[in-house]
Amino acid sequence: MGNLRFRDDAALDQPAVALSAFLDQSNATAVRLEPGEDARLLIPHLDRIALVEVAFPKFRDGRGYSAARILREAGYAGELRAQGDVLVDQIREMRRCGFDSFVPDKPLDEAVVATTLARYDNVYQRAADAAVPVWKLRHG
Amino acid sequence: MKLLTGNDLASGAVTWWTGSGWSLHVEDAADVGEQGDSILAAEEAARRVNAPYIIDAVATPQGPRPAHIKDRVRALGPTVRLDLTLKPADPAAGNWVI
Amino acid sequence: MYKYDQYDQAIVDARVEEFRDQVRRRMAGEMTEDQFKPLRLMNGLYLQLHAYMLRVAIPYGTLDSRQMHMLAHIARKYDRDYGHFTTRQNLQYNWIKLEDAGDILADLATVEMHAIQTSGNCIRNISSDQYAGAAADEVTDPRPWAELLRQWSTFHPEFSYLPRKFKIAVIASDEDRAAMRLHDIGIQLVERDGKLGAAFYVGGGMGRTPMIAPLIKDFVPIEDFLSYSEACLRVYNRHGRRDNIYKARIKILVHEIGADEYRRQVEEEFAHVKTLGIDPPAAELERITAFFAPPAFEAGIADSVDRSDPDFAVWLDQNVKAHKQPGYAIVNISLKKTGDIPGDASSAQIDVMADLAKDYSFDELRVTHAQNIVLPHVAKRDLYAVWQKLVEADLAAANLDLISDIIACPGLDYCSLANARSIPVAQKIAKRFADPVRQRNLGELKLKISGCINACGHHHAGHIGILGVDKKGTENYQLSLGGSGAEDTSIGKITGPGFDEDGIVDAVERVTDKYIQLREGEERFLDTYRRVGFDPFKEAIYG
Repeated sequence: MGNLRFRDDAALDQPAVALSAFLDQSNATAVRLEPGEDARLLIPHLDRIALVEVAFPKFRDGRGYSAARILREAGYAGELRAQGDVLVDQIREMRRCGFDSFVPDKPLDEAVVATTLARYDNVYQRAADAAVPVWKLRHG
Repeated sequence: MKLLTGNDLASGAVTWWTGSGWSLHVEDAADVGEQGDSILAAEEAARRVNAPYIIDAVATPQGPRPAHIKDRVRALGPTVRLDLTLKPADPAAGNWVI
Repeated sequence: MYKYDQYDQAIVDARVEEFRDQVRRRMAGEMTEDQFKPLRLMNGLYLQLHAYMLRVAIPYGTLDSRQMHMLAHIARKYDRDYGHFTTRQNLQYNWIKLEDAGDILADLATVEMHAIQTSGNCIRNISSDQYAGAAADEVTDPRPWAELLRQWSTFHPEFSYLPRKFKIAVIASDEDRAAMRLHDIGIQLVERDGKLGAAFYVGGGMGRTPMIAPLIKDFVPIEDFLSYSEACLRVYNRHGRRDNIYKARIKILVHEIGADEYRRQVEEEFAHVKTLGIDPPAAELERITAFFAPPAFEAGIADSVDRSDPDFAVWLDQNVKAHKQPGYAIVNISLKKTGDIPGDASSAQIDVMADLAKDYSFDELRVTHAQNIVLPHVAKRDLYAVWQKLVEADLAAANLDLISDIIACPGLDYCSLANARSIPVAQKIAKRFADPVRQRNLGELKLKISGCINACGHHHAGHIGILGVDKKGTENYQLSLGGSGAEDTSIGKITGPGFDEDGIVDAVERVTDKYIQLREGEERFLDTYRRVGFDPFKEAIYG
């Protein structure tokens, strides 16, 4: 309980391997990124990755937000999971950066998640989601 | 002596543990001795105090005097606006802080 | 001035409800203080020494009378009848109740104001030149670009958990009135071959390791403005240090890898970011710019002022600055009368300034990083009437940029981070130099006081800087000389051992006495200091 997934496909039943292990072995399809690791190293391998798990050991460490956007900008369409110290008030930003599944250390209250995600109708900037920035709404 | 202090969750006001509850006045503060941590945990969990911590103080005839100037400022109020402190009628109230 | 459309209003209104809900969850015990703290901080709500403090953003320092009246109203209704204008063009309330925070934000939202990102490790209030739109030396009004940055940075999903706070200033003239190069990013709008662009200075800041931002790019084409900003931030978010809070600001990253390597990384990132379509179309900038069109100045009105009242003439010479439009002037309202708390204004004073803006300044006010207020567009024929009303409200101190126009942070009287009190030192120095003739004889002398190493009082940038420290439980004050937050940016040098509260006032006086003795011609204190160097002053101070 407490995990969230915003995807229709079946969840991968395979543990995510560390980045160094992933780069060494050609058959892994799930990889885990620690905060200091360079998401761009995965770009040559995106076609064989089904899951990228981005670690958030501390909620204050925001490097994973950039990692997520970089992967989505490179065309990655597989599951992008935020794991760790993930707080309910961060889900919206994470969704905007491209995360579509969440495995928080402490379970999230799903009612609060729903309220949080429905809170804002508008965004000011383009990100990795489909939200249309208000400047686009203003000018078509 | 050891005092337990924090802020009221709703109002933010500085409060002092009296032995049975919370007071705005450091004069009412009780020596918590070795009990500080357990009182702190219980009171914070019950949300009767916010961001509590334990400080050193000296007992004086006028009541406890916190050892650190920061807590003396907290106990009185801003020394540059005595009208907003707990002792607005005492023009020398700021001397207690220094 | 910028006006919200339905989208801006909806975003701010939603933020009010979101914060209300976060406060409710905290009050109900659904969140611990540890969990709530980062949330309240992202909305400018601190727990200070005596109560909660709310920091309200005044984007790029511009506001109208309706907003100014609302600031007074909130001070009266929810606080203790005053507010504190800060060095970041914000306003702080010192006595806020958590249970009132939602209502206050709702009141602010009715006048298009908020407290969004006035704290936390995110992009803070965008600051700018307080004379924007009025100064003759600007290549363009910088505020449309500041507004563009405000919108781009508001709830930016990637940059809400940066290594540390992030401050951006935008100016558009060679004279720097906003301490631009002491920001994480300082942007100067420039013209080249008839085209507008932006010079990016990255990695400046004060705090415990003061740095002057190096030039990273001399000309970013204006259509790349946001993409380039995004690239600068992404490199920082990915590579800024997170192992040590004291080394987490971007200035440390730029310093450690070097400006050239930082530039290389930003350029590489920019080449990619530019393909993402994050820069709004020119039509959006035109829409924003239209809000900052010059007001309906009267042409051909009198350009001279009757100086027959000597007190008025003194104020005129000190606090009134040239305007780009003939017949108009820029009025600086000093919040530093002798004995005042720098930056504090009562609700009644805030109302007076709002009314003056409405009646005499095309309904516009500015907040300056020096904690004063500006009426940017006053007809010269109205200056005497404005001055008389300022005199009535105790707001006519004629000391702009003089030694008593002191920047001071709230210090240990209010701030939980402070090590020493700042305000009493400011008051004592102002009293020591209370003689207006003596002050004017000393000329421009920027004295800045911080109550701790975080440097909210900009002491590093003071011609004379004072830093309060904790010396074995007592307040102690270090003196520094030679800083500047202007276009000749420099960091002050510490003179030596510190002083107690009275001792620091004496030390300042020894410095100014020495200056009077050494100065040549029209030299300012800073010029003399730079010419003769540190040693004569050090000797004067310590003997």
